[in-house]
Amino acid sequence: MRMSQTPFQTPQPDSPPPGRDGEAFAPPPVAGSAPPTFAASSDPVEAGILARAQAGDHFAFAELYSRHKRRIYSLCLRMVGNVAEAEDLTQEAFLQLHRKIGTFRGDSAFSTWLHRLAINVVLMQLRKKGLSLISLDEAMEPVPDEGPGRSFGALDPTLTGAIDRMALESAVGALPPGYRLIFILHDVEGFEHNEIAAMLDCSIGNSKSQLHKARLKLRDVLRLHPNREAR
Amino acid sequence: MKDDPSTMSCAEFQAQLPDLIGSGKNMADHPHIQSCELCRTLLADLETIAEAARQLFTNVEPPDEIWEHIETAIKNEETSFRHS
Repeated sequence: MRMSQTPFQTPQPDSPPPGRDGEAFAPPPVAGSAPPTFAASSDPVEAGILARAQAGDHFAFAELYSRHKRRIYSLCLRMVGNVAEAEDLTQEAFLQLHRKIGTFRGDSAFSTWLHRLAINVVLMQLRKKGLSLISLDEAMEPVPDEGPGRSFGALDPTLTGAIDRMALESAVGALPPGYRLIFILHDVEGFEHNEIAAMLDCSIGNSKSQLHKARLKLRDVLRLHPNREAR
Repeated sequence: MKDDPSTMSCAEFQAQLPDLIGSGKNMADHPHIQSCELCRTLLADLETIAEAARQLFTNVEPPDEIWEHIETAIKNEETSFRHS
């Protein structure tokens, strides 16, 4: 069985080891790939798959792709808002994963590490497009005219309760990239602040602050009805 | 900033909101929330937004072509690596 014929099959117990059937996939050119590396994962099944992928098993790499493709593609899609670009970014993220998987040592969860890698690919693309607030550092910089105190002291419209998906998608798409990234990672993907801080090389407090500002901006866009004065 | 949550202003309370929300504590019990409708509404809105994101934003299946392109690129890289 060749990989090119069954790219998305879940590896079966009797799946051949990598390279058994010939030419298609030799172990990847990863520095230090000969000895098994640390495939830390809270999921023992995934840890095994990861260890095999690090050793050059292409079936295992295909399984990793199958497990993570939806989250990575969705992250890319929500960050760039364009299907063709999201496909290219997803492809590049997994190619980077293939090149670098041997360097993963389990210091963080594999999913966190993979997301960090994908985020860097996305931010590099945004930088190429010349958008502001692109690098991780820039993305984490506070925006001067924003702040948690912005909501008080004004006639402040409020949400009615139900939020339409299209409206929310549009509002999220209009967020500055830094806010959008943290909102997606926390509120959509479900990462904790400590994980986001590890992904973005920022403090946990910074992650909390940026998420709060993102939600405030979304509320501004989505709000419908007037409210009362602050005290 | 005042430390007494029962006497804090909206500005003081909202300055603490990112940490308070991030702490995972039940905000409904906070003295300021119990006495301030504005901040209660603000908090409810922020929770509504977060909940809506969780419920409405499902992950999307990428097209199969992406994996085909990845496989091709990997083969090409490995071929050039062997020949280098």
